[in-house]
Amino acid sequence: MLELLNVTAGYGSITALHGVSLRVEKGTIVTLVGANGAGKSTTLRAISGLLPVREGKVLFEGKELTNKRPHQIVACGLAHVPEGRMIFSNLTVLENLQMGAYLRRDRAGIASDQEFVLETFPRLRERTWQQAGTLSGGEQQMLAIGRALMGRPRCLMLDEPSLGIAPLLVKTIFEKIVQVNRELGLTVLLVEQNAHLALEVSQFGYVLETGRILLSDRSEHLKTNPAVQAAYLGA
Amino acid sequence: MGARSLVLIAALAVGLVSFCFTGHPEAAWPLAQIDDYLLNILILAGINVILAVSLNIVNGHTGQFSLGHAGFMAVGAYGSAALTQLNGKACLASLSFLGSAAPLGLFVLSLLVGGLLAALAGLAVGLPSLRLKGDYLAIVTLGFGEIIRVMIQNTESLGGARGLAGIPNHTTLGWTWLVSLISIYCVGSLVNSTYGRGFLAVRDDEIAAEAMGINTTRYKVTAFVVGAFFAGLAGGLYAHFIGYVTPEGFSFLKSVDVVVMVILGGMGSTAGVTVAAIGLTFLNEALREAEQYRMVAFALLLIILMITRPQGLLGGLGGLARWLPGKGGKS
Amino acid sequence: MNELLQQLINGLSLGAVYALIALGYTMVYGVLRFINFAHGDVFMVGAFTGMYFGRWLKPLAAAWPEWLFASTVLLVSMLSCAILGIVLERLAYKPLRERPRLTVLITAIGVSLLLEYAGQLVFGAAPRGFPSLITSSSISGIEGLHASNIQVIVLVVTALLLWGLHLVVMRTRLGLAMRALSLNPTAARLMGVNTNVVISFTFGIGSALAAAGAIFYASLYQAIDPFMGVLPGMKAFVAAVLGGIGSLPGAMVGGLILGVVETLVVGYSQLLGIPPGYRDAVAFVILILILLFKPSGLFGKTMREKV
Repeated sequence: MLELLNVTAGYGSITALHGVSLRVEKGTIVTLVGANGAGKSTTLRAISGLLPVREGKVLFEGKELTNKRPHQIVACGLAHVPEGRMIFSNLTVLENLQMGAYLRRDRAGIASDQEFVLETFPRLRERTWQQAGTLSGGEQQMLAIGRALMGRPRCLMLDEPSLGIAPLLVKTIFEKIVQVNRELGLTVLLVEQNAHLALEVSQFGYVLETGRILLSDRSEHLKTNPAVQAAYLGA
Repeated sequence: MGARSLVLIAALAVGLVSFCFTGHPEAAWPLAQIDDYLLNILILAGINVILAVSLNIVNGHTGQFSLGHAGFMAVGAYGSAALTQLNGKACLASLSFLGSAAPLGLFVLSLLVGGLLAALAGLAVGLPSLRLKGDYLAIVTLGFGEIIRVMIQNTESLGGARGLAGIPNHTTLGWTWLVSLISIYCVGSLVNSTYGRGFLAVRDDEIAAEAMGINTTRYKVTAFVVGAFFAGLAGGLYAHFIGYVTPEGFSFLKSVDVVVMVILGGMGSTAGVTVAAIGLTFLNEALREAEQYRMVAFALLLIILMITRPQGLLGGLGGLARWLPGKGGKS
Repeated sequence: MNELLQQLINGLSLGAVYALIALGYTMVYGVLRFINFAHGDVFMVGAFTGMYFGRWLKPLAAAWPEWLFASTVLLVSMLSCAILGIVLERLAYKPLRERPRLTVLITAIGVSLLLEYAGQLVFGAAPRGFPSLITSSSISGIEGLHASNIQVIVLVVTALLLWGLHLVVMRTRLGLAMRALSLNPTAARLMGVNTNVVISFTFGIGSALAAAGAIFYASLYQAIDPFMGVLPGMKAFVAAVLGGIGSLPGAMVGGLILGVVETLVVGYSQLLGIPPGYRDAVAFVILILILLFKPSGLFGKTMREKV
């Protein structure tokens, strides 16, 4: 479904990704684990067009996305929930959700998806008219995910959804991620520092180190891999 | 900035001073044979060099953006003219101990007074502008420049909107270029000194500079004060060259003229800015007939330059830079 | 008392013009974080467009009702300036999106000079008379109180335009995108917002409002010249900062306040001991005071200086 072939990208004179290749199969949850600065977020930014790809290719459903502009990539059905949530703090919760459906014109479909999002995240329903900036961190993360779902993507990329969020809410959020993956058949590419959690919910995982793929395997194998355990699972 | 260039400048300065003291074109200098027209352009060029080099401390080396340079120039021009023209007799009387050199002494004194007044104005602008940068600073300095102009316009004792006429013509080529060389030298040695590294640090990364213990406030204010002082000197020279001053002559457009010189020369490059100031003065004269087209062309040049070569036309001409103090090009 | 009312009327109609220009500064600042120095000159072009088009249309529209003639001139001028604003952005500012702000600022100064001096070439340097779009008449209610019908029309039409702007920004998809872009450009792009379209849209609306301001200004003062945009432009910028740059209600209120204060300072110059010649300095003094004491302005959140 989503495939990276030898992608190189970076910031200014710094190269952050050195030929990263990975595959995300349709309907699966795939995770990218790695330490801070390993290039996980950079990978997502390169896929969604926020960062130019210097070499290599990004393919989505057989179409080449390499160096298309972000709004074109969203239009292809690939949503990116960025690190730090990036909700529109001065807009209401509802307006944030509307922004998620920015490219859609089908009013009925938007309305039913909005209902689905509010159903999935009931805490948002209580706060539809509140300014998004007044939500708690966990609620903001739910909003960010809900907002991305409003575009009815076929693939969702999540960047550190657990960052800075109360543990109880982290659990809820991950449950919801698994739920939408099952119910909607939504493909998920998950970037997560909490490797425990990430390998728990995913079927396949890649370990990234200093801009290179170090390991790739089924998640249950990675969990028992001694190197992964030592470096990322704190065992 | 070694001892060598110091000597060079000193020699040049002595030569020029002796030239201006002779005061008459009949002196045995080859320069004396140049015609009046060229002489006038050379004087204007010198004044523009002072303006550009002094604005460059603020806009180039320190990375701030001032659009109010004409205001400081106005303070210097009016300040010095107030001494020589408005209170000329009284001042001359008190300088009578200088004998026949009294008018010249008064002229020098008036230039310094004008410069110091402008420096004070620079302090007044620099202090409240500290928290600002970029576009905000540009507008505030522009506002200050306009306030200075409006104040002069409304001060009857300074001639109001009519301006001041009959200012004695003391400014000679020698004086002008003496002051230009001094300004180039001072700016160059200020910026290249250990102390002066702070200016560049403020420009390159203010927050990092702050974190390293550099007092960014002091550097910014210093830049404004030094820049204003030399702009004031330029104003005084200008007043005593043209013989009259009007508030309109120091409008926002005059500031823009100087900004254009600094940008074309390459912000932060003393050599480039000097060359640009001289070049533009000559170009302005050459295009005097086509005045209207001139500004359209400058505006277009500015836009195209920013899009294609933001470091300035002359910025990065390292070879040229080595000939002048102030380390052009890379800095 | 009547005199005070009189000054208020004069001040508000001038303030309406400032408010219309200020909106353009604030909207562009909102999406691009830069001050469009050339905005005051777009205002000038709006006035000249109105003058030429009005003169051309006048004989053709002899049979038209006056309001139709006046609003046609207004709309044509707004539309032309919207196009001008969009073209300027595309040509001069767009290539500089990722560059340092100083580079963009200098470019904007260049664009400003270009419009002024090209205007001087095309329109001539001397002030020109602006054709009267509406026959002026005096409305006098209370003894000693005069308001021209033009002042009243300016206030009413400005109110209508502001209401229209409010609807566009709060109710339309592009308006939502504009707000989203100004809050978080990266997130807006990830939602599928084509930033170029929204930026063009913002420049278009801002320039159109400036053109409306120009038609009003020219109708109130009747003379226009290629440099007429410099001072109103700078004052409107002050109004935008006074209201809190980036805030639309702030720009409106800031404009009105500035217009009134300026008029009062001149009207009561003897009482205040400020010579009327200081009129043009008022705005800058206000600017410096705000930046010193409340840099976020009346309606602004904290000034966001991203590093």
